Amino acid sequence: MLKFILRRILIMIPQLFLLSVLIFLLAKAMPGDALTGQLAANPKMDPQTLEEMREKLGLNDPVHIQYIRWVKNMLQGDLGLSYTHQQPVTDLLAGRVGNTVLLSAAILVLTYLIAIPLGIVSGRWTDTWADKLIVGYSYIGYATPLFIFALIMLFVFGFHLGWFPTGGSVDIQVEEGTLAYYLSKLNHLMLPALSGALINTVGIIQYLRSEIIDTKVKDFVKTARAKGVPERQIYWRHILRNSFLPIAAFLGYEITGLIGGSVFLESIYSYPGLGQLFLQSIMQRDYSVVTALVMISGVATLVGTLLSDIILSAVDPRIRIE
Amino acid sequence: MSKQPLLEIERLRVSFQIEGAYYAAVDDVSLVIEENEVVALVGESGCGKSALALSIMGLHPPEKTKVEGRLLFKGTNLLSLSVSELNRIRGKEIGMIFQDPLTALNPLMTVGRQIEESMNYHLRLPAEEKKKRTIRLLERVGIPEPEKVYHRYPHELSGGMRQRVVIAIAIACEPSLLIADEPTTALDVTIQAQIMELLKELQRQMKTSIILITHDLGVVAEMADRVAVMYAGEIVELADVDTIFHRPLHPYTRSLLQSIPSAQVKKDRLHVIQGIVPPLHKLPRRGCRFQPRISWIGAEQHELEPQLREVEPGHWVRCTCYRHFHFPDDQMTREVDYGAS
Amino acid sequence: MLLDVRHLKVHYPVRGGFFRRVVDHVKAVDDVSFSLNRGETYGLVGESGCGKTTTGRTIIGLIRATAGEVLFEGTDLTKLSRRQFHPYRKDIQMIFQDPYSSLNPRKRVLDIIAEPLRNFEKLSPHEERKKVQSILERVGLSADSIYKYPHEFSGGQRQRIGIARALMLNPKLIIADEPVSALDVSVQAQVLNFMKDIQQDYGLTYLFISHDLGIIRHMCDRIGIMYRGRLVEEGTSEDIFANPQHIYTKRLLSAIPNADPRERGKQTALRREVEQEYAQAYSRYFDETGRAYPLKPISPTHSVAIP
Repeated sequence: MLKFILRRILIMIPQLFLLSVLIFLLAKAMPGDALTGQLAANPKMDPQTLEEMREKLGLNDPVHIQYIRWVKNMLQGDLGLSYTHQQPVTDLLAGRVGNTVLLSAAILVLTYLIAIPLGIVSGRWTDTWADKLIVGYSYIGYATPLFIFALIMLFVFGFHLGWFPTGGSVDIQVEEGTLAYYLSKLNHLMLPALSGALINTVGIIQYLRSEIIDTKVKDFVKTARAKGVPERQIYWRHILRNSFLPIAAFLGYEITGLIGGSVFLESIYSYPGLGQLFLQSIMQRDYSVVTALVMISGVATLVGTLLSDIILSAVDPRIRIE
Repeated sequence: MSKQPLLEIERLRVSFQIEGAYYAAVDDVSLVIEENEVVALVGESGCGKSALALSIMGLHPPEKTKVEGRLLFKGTNLLSLSVSELNRIRGKEIGMIFQDPLTALNPLMTVGRQIEESMNYHLRLPAEEKKKRTIRLLERVGIPEPEKVYHRYPHELSGGMRQRVVIAIAIACEPSLLIADEPTTALDVTIQAQIMELLKELQRQMKTSIILITHDLGVVAEMADRVAVMYAGEIVELADVDTIFHRPLHPYTRSLLQSIPSAQVKKDRLHVIQGIVPPLHKLPRRGCRFQPRISWIGAEQHELEPQLREVEPGHWVRCTCYRHFHFPDDQMTREVDYGAS
Repeated sequence: MLLDVRHLKVHYPVRGGFFRRVVDHVKAVDDVSFSLNRGETYGLVGESGCGKTTTGRTIIGLIRATAGEVLFEGTDLTKLSRRQFHPYRKDIQMIFQDPYSSLNPRKRVLDIIAEPLRNFEKLSPHEERKKVQSILERVGLSADSIYKYPHEFSGGQRQRIGIARALMLNPKLIIADEPVSALDVSVQAQVLNFMKDIQQDYGLTYLFISHDLGIIRHMCDRIGIMYRGRLVEEGTSEDIFANPQHIYTKRLLSAIPNADPRERGKQTALRREVEQEYAQAYSRYFDETGRAYPLKPISPTHSVAIP
């Protein structure tokens, strides 16, 4: 197992290399460079100074030297300087990564909390009114884009009913570390997390439902019935355990997907996380932030895949990795 | 009648729902299984032999199946029992062996736990005792190193070994009736021979009755005491195994025997049964169901309401057409069939 | 001689260790040689995993040979490029096991059967339809079936459609891989009889791959018994069934259920005897690595793998 993980990490090195080259080149290919943003903020800057700054920042060096410097810095935790925020990207991210992780974790937990019971009810009692209701919900969920749903939620529960705050991650007045602080965080988290989860969950409900329907008619379930196993145990021990397998494997990918999803959610709810920052930075052409974020989500994808494989091998005895 | 038979199947009809209507896959079948005998149900796919077996075990999904008639097992009608009452009989009194050992075992449970599972509900045994018994069972079905195999998962075993595990599950509580649904069909021929010998041996030791469902007449010839030949949901001939193979009467039995290539004797040409088995919803509901496939035998030779009659002690044949049946002189070798359904 | 397979090997690498290096090979086909004469039926028999299917697929070019030669009318097919192989596709056709999955369900019978034709000949639609209809009648299906879809036919009829497709280009060799295993016995008989008929009419040579010794005996002139990627015995149908020499052949033959209930005791005794011989004489038939020896002729038609 350890050997497997080590080897997978080893394989990740060339993958990461390729990814970094790609990202670097894309950043280079984008119109303008790190100073263009500066220029926009300060149009009176004279070309002479601009050129000097370019020289000083090494922006006139050959591309491969720039790349090596970029990677070297990155490995040392230096992701460059954000020009719009005038602070190191690392610090900028550090202030927001906690929020995104919190939001993603909340969405993930809610997603499975909703999906598992609904999927089971729907798969076990197919063609009942409950099943039809659940399937109906999942179709609507499929058809609704996340950002529209999030906007509706925001309008209804945030503005119209006023149950939840409409922006930020915490009230400014409360003092950090107090109970009120955590309650306020939770309060701010609820609406974006719920919107994300309600849309995110339909895929898993559908998947679980069809897995259960498939497993129900498998031969080993007949074997279990022929042994005289009571119906409840048939479901628990034989059908559900086998149906959960692919869902468990999904978990790793799910984590990756959340990072993409948070771009919309965080922007709509003005939730200060990485996704919101990403969108802002693109609009402001803050390339050092954008490249850092793309790189992070790339790493997260690779880790998510690895995680999926590890989870699958942990729950399925047929997949044993030496 | 001195002794109660083990299982009495009385006028059993098993119907499946197809596009809203029910069609009988097993139609008016009556059959008695005595203690300590092996009865084979033979026929081609769709003849109803598996549907019959599954109905004894109550394994048809109730929402799409109608089972009528009576299934008296030791005097109790299985069809009148609730699921939990049936669960006291399934696995304890009646065991079942399935066709494909690859899919018949839960991939996520160890062999030991799958065998013990049936004991859990039928025998109250301490854990120690249960494990000992399981390992003895594994030994009994011919698995080498049973202590190790106890902890293995199904995918770690070969096909033949898996089928032995399936058998061990079926006999875990020493049932008085075993239903074996194509128990050797998915296996290689050398493994098939071993499993047949194992089943024969177990049958001798435990005096269990076996209902053997198969399409393979070779397996029937080797295993069965009595044979019921099924065609289109009905039993068309029922007799002891020697009679079926040496003095068959019904046209279907005779045709079937002529159509199999044999490894023992070389035949020049195989007999071909004309036409096809009609799909369930197109079966004729009156008259001899085999009539369309022996068109050279006049309609007046068939009964209008064919009955299964005892033509000599222990030998039952359906319809009177057997008295007039002969193989066509010139086997139609180039028959064109326009029977695309 | 139509087909001459010489020292055919198909090996698959097994990888292991930290760097997934090749640590071993699975020898699916391990030095197999046999030849087919024009107009005969050669049966390749064995249990699952013995390499019989791999052998068939390698001959027709679906699997790459690791080593050895497949001489078809003197040309080594294993050395040909895809383009050079093309003309031979016409001469060698395959019939597959499962008539349910080997026909494209979305295509009409006309298109299914005409497909090989379209790859080789330019015919007008009218000529093409004529040709398809005549071959359909030849396989015993009505000419108006051309506009139907595979699902409208029974299993036996579907297998005949598969055969019609194989016959379309007037092939010289047909490789039939378990052509009737998925069919009911009465339908099996129909397809087997039919295959015999067309063999005479078209002068076909068959490589018949099957696990069913009854069918093999019925169909084949000569038989090769395969075990773990190697031929352990080869001979005429008579040689193999009346005078088996290799212990594996004996084991295989004794395992076949005897269709006469009166022979039960005899059959069981025979099996015990063979099992005993197998246990005792194993080392006489296999070397230390469990590999069968190369074939050695014991009569002009009969060869056995003994040291």
